[in-house]
Amino acid sequence: MPEEVKLGCARPTGGPVGEVPAAEEAAPRQEIKEAKQMILIGRKAPDFTAPGYHQGKFVNVKLSDYLGKWVLLCFYPGDFTFV
Amino acid sequence: MSVDSVFVHKIWNEQELSKMVEGGIPFPMLSDAGGKVGAIYGVYDDEAGVETRGRFIIDPDGVIQGFEVLTPPVGRNVSEAIRQIQAFQLVRETKGAEATPSGWKPGKPTLKPGPELVGNVWQEWKTKLAFD
Repeated sequence: MPEEVKLGCARPTGGPVGEVPAAEEAAPRQEIKEAKQMILIGRKAPDFTAPGYHQGKFVNVKLSDYLGKWVLLCFYPGDFTFV
Repeated sequence: MSVDSVFVHKIWNEQELSKMVEGGIPFPMLSDAGGKVGAIYGVYDDEAGVETRGRFIIDPDGVIQGFEVLTPPVGRNVSEAIRQIQAFQLVRETKGAEATPSGWKPGKPTLKPGPELVGNVWQEWKTKLAFD
């Protein structure tokens, strides 16, 4: 599913796919809105693309390419962190 | 997924992870420089500039069924993540006719929610089943 990409010297980046809800509304509201979008169970996982390393190749991965499969998406603080 | 570049992922896999997992990491190691994806998933710590140990189970419809987020010093329990996926798969296969009580794992009894079960879980299910 991940498609191979050719990389130059720049660090590739990905990001959210589609519209990301704006942190603030154009007209200020009375209540202060949380700047960050809340993740809720039972709701769609926000789509994204991200560059990746996969078994000897540099690839580009899009979450929505995995529709039809179960996905375990794991974040971690950094490579070479210990646990 | 972490804020490291794919170049660092390659070297980490080659220098360390491939010595712990035969053949190296089998799944894509993703890069989120700047934490843009982590931010929308609520796991990006912008003060530290890194992502916390967030883990999301996403079903075949792209719906988040569960997540767990830990601070950096505590590692995850992979068996528990797999158990949860197995439980969500069972619920999905039965179209919600069966539910998995506390401590359920494959082989343990499920419950069939409905009017007859109300107030009668104690007859169908024993507390010791909540533990391994």
